[in-house]
Amino acid sequence: MADEPLVLGIETSCDETGVGIVRGHTLLADAIASSVDEHARFGGVVPEVASRAHLEAMVPTIERALSEARISARDLDGVAVTAGPGLAGALLVGVSAAKAYAYALGKPLYGVNHLASHICVDQLEHGALPEPTMALLVSGGHSSLLLAPDITADVRPLGSTIDDAAGEAFDKVARVLNLGFPGGPVIDRYAREGDPQAIAFPRGLTGPRDAPYDFSFSGLKTAVARWIEAKRNAGEEVPVRDVSASFQEAVTDVLTRKAIRACKDEGVDHLMIGGGVAANSRLRSMAEERCADAGITLRVPRPKLCTDNGAMVAALGAEMVARRRAPSDWDLPADSSLPVTEPHVPGSGGPAGEHVHGHAPGHSHDHVHELSGKNLYS
Amino acid sequence: MLLLALDTATPAVTVALYDTDGDRVLAAADQVDARRHGELLLPSVDRVLREAGRSLDEVGRLIVGVGPGPYTGLRVGLATAEAFGAALGTPVLGLCSLDGIAYASGLESPFVVATDARRKEVYWARYADARTRLGDPAVDRPEDLPEDVVSMPAIGAGARLYEGTFTAPCAADGGERRADLPVDQSAAALACLAAQKLAKGEDFLPPRPLYLRRPDARVPTNYKVVTPK
Ligand SMILES: [Zn+2]
Repeated sequence: MADEPLVLGIETSCDETGVGIVRGHTLLADAIASSVDEHARFGGVVPEVASRAHLEAMVPTIERALSEARISARDLDGVAVTAGPGLAGALLVGVSAAKAYAYALGKPLYGVNHLASHICVDQLEHGALPEPTMALLVSGGHSSLLLAPDITADVRPLGSTIDDAAGEAFDKVARVLNLGFPGGPVIDRYAREGDPQAIAFPRGLTGPRDAPYDFSFSGLKTAVARWIEAKRNAGEEVPVRDVSASFQEAVTDVLTRKAIRACKDEGVDHLMIGGGVAANSRLRSMAEERCADAGITLRVPRPKLCTDNGAMVAALGAEMVARRRAPSDWDLPADSSLPVTEPHVPGSGGPAGEHVHGHAPGHSHDHVHELSGKNLYS
Repeated sequence: MLLLALDTATPAVTVALYDTDGDRVLAAADQVDARRHGELLLPSVDRVLREAGRSLDEVGRLIVGVGPGPYTGLRVGLATAEAFGAALGTPVLGLCSLDGIAYASGLESPFVVATDARRKEVYWARYADARTRLGDPAVDRPEDLPEDVVSMPAIGAGARLYEGTFTAPCAADGGERRADLPVDQSAAALACLAAQKLAKGEDFLPPRPLYLRRPDARVPTNYKVVTPK
């Protein structure tokens, strides 16, 4: 349908420079430039390295997306950008570019939430999101259970990790096993040849008195490291495949168990899984089994749409346009801890730029783990 | 031709619209707030254009200060200028940010421009006069600068900050420190300089940041063993 909103989305919250273009629920382009290789030797994302790479890649990635989509930027109905949460300096590159791009073309700007975008991207795969949608978001930066009655205006956090994100646990276990960074894909690979029941690793926060929807992966990570060290100290060979499979089983068991419990408790019959860890093959198969048993419809986008990308930002931007949400103002800040309860950052009501107002106060919510712990202007 | 100049390499967020036909600044906006470059820049551009009654697509060249400067703020200006250029097909020309401060001084004898690089360092460059930089800009602790540099008259916020190091005043004829010399970057000066360079067919820098420092990042030696000893 030609009258569905045509939106370009920019994502720079971590180490991927993503630019996507969608028309309503249709994906037209998904261009990505990644700096992951530059971070590999540091064992984690280095914020300054990521920010430099974003600036290098920003305009070329926009141009690649436009030519892939075979549209003219003049025909866009809006420009969306991840306003947070994420690495402050990295976000700022995308926000600056998006503002300039929108301003130059005379298009409305939509600063949107990274987490809500991870959920909304599924509209490109499986059509309109059911309302409400239950979403399990798992990546190197986040592990959250979210209930979304309206992805453009009402997203409620049910639970999140109290220590490490799920993806971080994969990275750390991979490091103990000397498998390199990032850890998710390589552990998934080894795990396929291992026995998931070989070692009984702990399931964090699954006791009767624990918070039902929160996660904890720090204890699991330590237990795995201890187990490996004991093997090494005894001079025995570490069974990498069995360790990978048993660790992965513990993570996916907790994730799916809590997600399904949340669906049942809230009476939601759809579960959406997104974020980089959603690419994990065991998480997918376990979620399929357990959802089928519970009569829940599972929606997981293809792996490329689960990891950080610009298409997800464009998808949420298109929904903002379709539902006539207010565009952001030209003084839109990059907010490294934008709360998940704010799916977008509306302006003061008029067209962007007409009513420039003050600085939004800071928030102190869960945010992407920064390797250096340095802040924006250090 | 209209030039839109902007610079975010120093605590200043500075924007100017310049008309090369009348050789004059049509409008300018200068704010000093080292923590809000990202929020202030676009509204400033919008204000400058409105004040001059012009629109961005009338601009013939975008002029951007490429630093050196603290990275996070510096990138705001570059990302903005490059995205403007990409959206409208307008050429983006880079200038060393220190050259703008030097140009604004109007000095005719040798001097140094020094800006605050944080971490107790300054970005600095030597000039023969307001239009002529001698060598590439550098970053150093003030106490590590060569003797002949610190004994030269120095301008810019870095010279103010380390007055104990840069002791030679830019003296007026009477001998006291001149109050009219620039401290902060001004896009209006950057635009005037660009107009001169364009008229003379001189080269510009590519719109790429001058970081002068490598990112701080440590390669972890090994993971921390968790088994208690
Ligand atoms: Zn993400």
